[in-house]
Formats: sequence, C-alpha cells, structure tokens
Amino acid sequence: MFALSTKPKARLLKRPFTCARWLIPLCLVILGACHRSPEVQFFGDQEYPQKLSAWGLMQLDNQLIRLPSEQQVYELNTPLFTDYALKLRTLYLPVDTSISYRATDAFDFPVGSIISKTFFYPVNSSGAIALQSSWNGNPHDIDLSVHRLIETRLLVRQPQGWDALSYIWRNGEAYLSIIGDLITLPVDDGSELNYLVPSRNQCAGCHAENHTHGTIHPIGLKARHLNRPHPIHARNQLLNWQQSGDLSGAPQPALIPRNARWGENNGDLNLRARAYLDINCGHCHNPRGAADTSGLMLDHQASDPAHLGVCKPPIASGRGSGGHLYDIVPGNPELSILAYRMSTTDPAAMMPELGRARVHREGLTLIEDWIASLSGVCL
Amino acid sequence: MHRPHLLSFTIALLMFGCGGESASSSSGADISPAMASSEAFVQQFREALESAEPGDIIDVPAGVHSFKRALTLNTDGVTIRGKGMDKSILSFKGQISGAEGLSVNASDFVIEDLAIEDTIGDALKVNEGENIIIRHIRTEWTNGPDVNNGAYGIYPVQTVNTLIEGSVAIAASDAGIYVGQSKNVIVRNNRAEYNVAGIEVENTIGADVYDNIATNNTGGILVFNMPQIPQRGHSTRVYNNQVSRNNTENFAAPGTAVSGVPKGSGILVNSNDNVEIFNNQLSDNDTANILISSYFSANYAGQKNLAKEFDPYPEYISIYGNTFQGGGEKPGADYLNQIRVALYGPTGAFPDIIWDGIVNPEAGTDGPFICVNNSEAKLLNLDAGNNFEGAQVNMAVHDCEVDKLPAIVLRGALANAS
Repeated sequence: MFALSTKPKARLLKRPFTCARWLIPLCLVILGACHRSPEVQFFGDQEYPQKLSAWGLMQLDNQLIRLPSEQQVYELNTPLFTDYALKLRTLYLPVDTSISYRATDAFDFPVGSIISKTFFYPVNSSGAIALQSSWNGNPHDIDLSVHRLIETRLLVRQPQGWDALSYIWRNGEAYLSIIGDLITLPVDDGSELNYLVPSRNQCAGCHAENHTHGTIHPIGLKARHLNRPHPIHARNQLLNWQQSGDLSGAPQPALIPRNARWGENNGDLNLRARAYLDINCGHCHNPRGAADTSGLMLDHQASDPAHLGVCKPPIASGRGSGGHLYDIVPGNPELSILAYRMSTTDPAAMMPELGRARVHREGLTLIEDWIASLSGVCL
Repeated sequence: MHRPHLLSFTIALLMFGCGGESASSSSGADISPAMASSEAFVQQFREALESAEPGDIIDVPAGVHSFKRALTLNTDGVTIRGKGMDKSILSFKGQISGAEGLSVNASDFVIEDLAIEDTIGDALKVNEGENIIIRHIRTEWTNGPDVNNGAYGIYPVQTVNTLIEGSVAIAASDAGIYVGQSKNVIVRNNRAEYNVAGIEVENTIGADVYDNIATNNTGGILVFNMPQIPQRGHSTRVYNNQVSRNNTENFAAPGTAVSGVPKGSGILVNSNDNVEIFNNQLSDNDTANILISSYFSANYAGQKNLAKEFDPYPEYISIYGNTFQGGGEKPGADYLNQIRVALYGPTGAFPDIIWDGIVNPEAGTDGPFICVNNSEAKLLNLDAGNNFEGAQVNMAVHDCEVDKLPAIVLRGALANAS
C-alpha cells in the first residue's frame, strides 16, 4: 500500500506559483489575477483539515462555485430527501485509478477517492431560504448571491475503509464538525427550519447499511441509482465513466439495473415508489440494517408483501403507529403506518428518524398513491 | 469492529450546574458561569462520544445537562459513568431532533450511575452489540404516564450477553425496560414503575428476570413473542420478583403491541415457550396476577396473517412457588370482566392464574404443558377459542412437570458480574 500520509506534502511541493501576501498587488498586475484551479488534496485519517478549502474540492470565486477539472459531478435517479435542500454531488478519483462495478452494493472505490455532497438552498434578499426550488444540476449555475451553502459532507476512502466528515459553511468557508449541529434557518414563508447537520456517528446511522459490521459505505453510488443521464452533458453517467476508464467491470448498459426517477409522473407508480423507499428507507430497513429489528424491509430487493409492510403490525413503533394497526393497508394510505410516519415531524414518530424536520409532501403523495393502488384486505 | 477514530480524546470533566445546548443561531447572552460550564460539558460529552476510542471512560459530572438532539455512540469498549442516577442527569426536555436520547451501536459497552430524562422518543437504545452492562441507570419521563412519552426507557435490542441491574424505569409509554431479540440476558434488582409494561422480554433467547420490583404499571413483567421479526424467543425465567398493583390505565399508543395489555396484569406470557415463573410475590394485580395467552388473545392486528413459521401458542410454561395476594377482582378488559362476573359473581375474583386456553390444534396429546405446582393457586382456562363456553378450572391437566431451565451465565467480561 502506498503511503497516503505523505501525499499531501508531496502535493504541496508541487504547488504552482502562488502569491506571497505582500506581493499580491504586483501579482495582480503580472498575472492578471491569482486565480488558479483548486487542486484536490487527500488527507490521512489523523490529519483531516479544519477547513474544507484545504481539500481543494471546490473554491468560491466571485459568487460562483469553481470545481477542479478532476472533480466529476453526478446525480441520482431518486435521491434522499433532506428538507428540500438542493445537493451538489461530486466525485474525485486519484489519477490512474478506477471504480470497480458491483451490480447491487456500492461500487468499490480506490483508496484516495473523495465523494462530496454540498447542501444548499436559494435565499431571498433577507436571507430566508426557499424550500420549493429546483436547480439544473450544473454547479456553474449556482449563483451564491442568491443561494446559501449549508454544509458539505465528505466520504473519504482511506486504506482501512470510508470515513464520513461534515463541514459547515460560515462566511465563505466550511469548517469540520465532528459533533454535528442544529442550524435554525429562516424560511421565506415566515417559519423556521431546524436543519440537522449529522454528527460523525449519525453519518454511520445511515451509511452503515450493514449494522452488524458498522462499516460505512456510500449509499448513492450504486449502479441502480447512477444509471441515468448526466445532469450537464446528458450522456449516461455510467457509460461515460466506462468510456473514460473511471469505471471497470461494468456489463453492457442494458444489463445494468436502474431505479426509477421518483418524480417522473408518467413513470410506473410501483417502480417510482419502490425507488423512493429504497433510497430513503432501505439503508436501515434491509435484512442487515439497523431497522431489521422491525421486520419491515423497504430496500429494492424486498419482495414479500408482508416484509414490505402489507398487513404487517408494528413491532416497537411506540406512538409512531399513529393509532393504526398495519404498516400498509392496501388501498388505504390514511390507515397505513408507513404514510403516517412520513406525514409527521414528531421526532419520535417520523421516518426517516434523521435528516428531515419537514414533511416531503411530494414524496408522501407518491407513497400514498402507491398504497392506494395496492389491492388486498387485511384480516 | 467499528470504524477507526479521528482523534484521541480525553476529558476531565469537573463542571457542575445546569446548562445545555440550543440551536446554533441563538445567542449565548445572559448565561451564568455555572450554566456556561455545563454547556461546555454538553459539547465535550458529545465530542467524547463522537471520537471515542476503545477503553475510554467518559465521566458525567453531577448536574442537569440539557440536550436538544440525540447522542450517539458507535465505538466498542466505552464506559459512560455518572455520579449517581439522581445526580448526573442527561435531560432531553425540549429535544427537537433524534428518535432516542442516547443511541448506541457498540459492543463491550458499560453505562452506569446516571439518569436519562424526558426524551422525545426512547431514552437509551442499544441496537446490536455484545457484552452490554446497564447499571444504576434511571430513565424517566418526569411528567408521569402520558401517551406522548417516549416508547422505551432501557432498550437493548439484538444484543448478546447483556446485564441490566439496579436501574429504575418510570413512565415509558411502552416498556420501561425492554429486552428485544437478544440472547443471554440478566435483568435484576431493577424497579419499573408507571410504565405501560414494566419489564418486557420479547423475542429473546435465554433471559433471567429476578429480584425486580414491578409496580403501578399497566402490566408488570411481560414475556412476549412477536411474529415477522428475525429471532423467535424462548427460555425465560421470571423469579423472586415483587409484582404488585400493576393497575395503571393503559396509556400506550393505539396499534402498538402493548396497547392490548389489560390494566391489572401482573406477569403476562404471550406466545412464548419455555417460561418458568417461580418464587415471585404477586399481589393486587386487578386483572390477574399471572396471565398466559396465545397471540390470538393479545388484541393485536394481523392475527389472521400469521407467518407459518410463527408459533402463536404459549407452551412449556412452569409456575411454582409463587405467593399470591389479592388480584383478579377488576379485570382491565370488558370481556374479561364479563367472564369474571359470570363465573364468580359481581364481587368475585379470578383465580391467580388465567389462561386463554387456545392450543395448537395439531399438538394432539402432547399438550401445551402449562404446568402449575403452586400449592393452592388455581388456573382458570378461559376457553377463549370457543367463545368462553367451556371456561373452567381443572388443575388436574396442569399437574405436570417440564424440565427446569438452566440459570443464565454471563460470559467474558461480564462473567464476574454474574
């Protein structure tokens, strides 16, 4: 194994010419500007920097986000809902390495890989965030004069496995937070949002999809989530990576699984609902996950209706039952615990347990429509 | 093993007083020095949990320490130690994030001598882990019984080799002490009061529950099996406990398993096998001092959709050496009260043990083996499967023996504890 810890230093030596502070005016004249593309740095697990900028994953420049050329942007077919935050996802692979394809689990990433996810909202002139918004997926179109960056989460591939880190944005820089935070954000409807930045252990609460081992993995970087057009150039993301040599071992595109896109209203209702449950619930509600205690399985592989919750009584729901008897009553979303737990913001009753303080109305409607479409009778 | 550690972290915590955390946008003006020091502890405690290394001992000083969001620990081999269950208090009053107070996913975990109060959901949840010691912990909702209290107080689930002792659990809206889907467990010297279920052992293999006090709950001590979850439980001994006056109105959320427990239940076995109930002192539990029932009497939903592999019948139940006083005079379910009046008159009482009498139709002469050798104590078979038409006491069919269960022996680091 090559010595990762020496890598940042080696990179530092190779840094291009930079301007000493007293020389800045002169530099500005000579070079036109001191702009240089940020360069990605990798850090060992004992030397994580306090500032996100040290990683070189992105640079804020004149109200825009500048990404280094070796950073790749990607999107998921159906993403996790996080209080209507918009998310910029990037992947950095070390030079001359590639991802190994897996059909079901997260891809196998080379040591030195860095996955980032930046959470942001549009803001109005008084700094209030908008919850209902969209974005074309192009980082160059995030105008920071009308957007607020909240946090950037990193998954860093060390020799011994993945580490999860959260950086919280404050005044143009993001700072490492091991313990997480609750950030009160004003919302443009006059309300407030208690936005949760997860602690390091809470990251594992979702990313340790195998709760017995407790090791963390990427959730979104799986074939079925990534198999879709790229948000900017529209070519298939996986095909693109295959052709660029970033992804090895993938079968031909027709053989790669693909989850539905939850918001495509003309798409198959069952597939859209299952894709939504897979990404929002399946990391815990799978046969090896933290929520296997419940016997409710909502990952993409679940097939037994009882395991999916059809006519299944709750086990340890507490008031999460909402007074209902079954997780899913076919045809009756209003009697189904699954829909109830998505419709509440009571932390003891809501699902998912972490990562939202608001109801995802559109996601709830999808699941309600899906339950309404199911047939059967609970005896 | 869980993942490696970012930082080594040692804390020397000497702060006393009250304080806590708030959402980060609020200002810290006008706080007293004592409050500021405890606010510093709250931050340090969180950091200690988040960056813990095996072998860490994290001290919790005396004082009320307030938290707005859940605490989590994922590192094996950590001890959390307070100054006493009435001195070191982790208060979650006003909690706004997280489904638990302290959520643990780790082995070789010890927590002792502190209280966890007023969590919005469960107080202490340990989800998967081996060698767990929960000692001298108090979990309490200080407002008393309320459907809006958190479900579970002390809640190890899918653990192996677990000891819960000397703890106090008050006013959980489901179970004060709940051991779920675990193996090799001892629950002793605890007090459970004003919960819906005082102590509940569910889908657990091998548990000894002894020297506890369960009083003023809806049901005192429950030994349950639920369908459609990964582990089927069996083999629990319930002995030397004081189980009295568990007559608190059922305040569980409708739809939950315990919402069907009639108030006034002393020791209640449901759908579980190989349960030994002996040398307990049971008194004044208004439905009955001991209840044995199948899944079909639990008032659950989904009874017709049982998976084939689930055994809904309680079998190999052994009851002996218990002392009984009072009880059975005011059953907490209308249908039970009607049977009581029909059989024993308006002022009469159920005998000390009632059983729904629903047996596996395929068991033949093997019988359920509900064996009672408890001097004068009587068992009433309610014949619930036949509209109670054949309800009767017939002690001859309960004059049987089942093999005694071995004592639970804790292993490894917990061997000395037992």
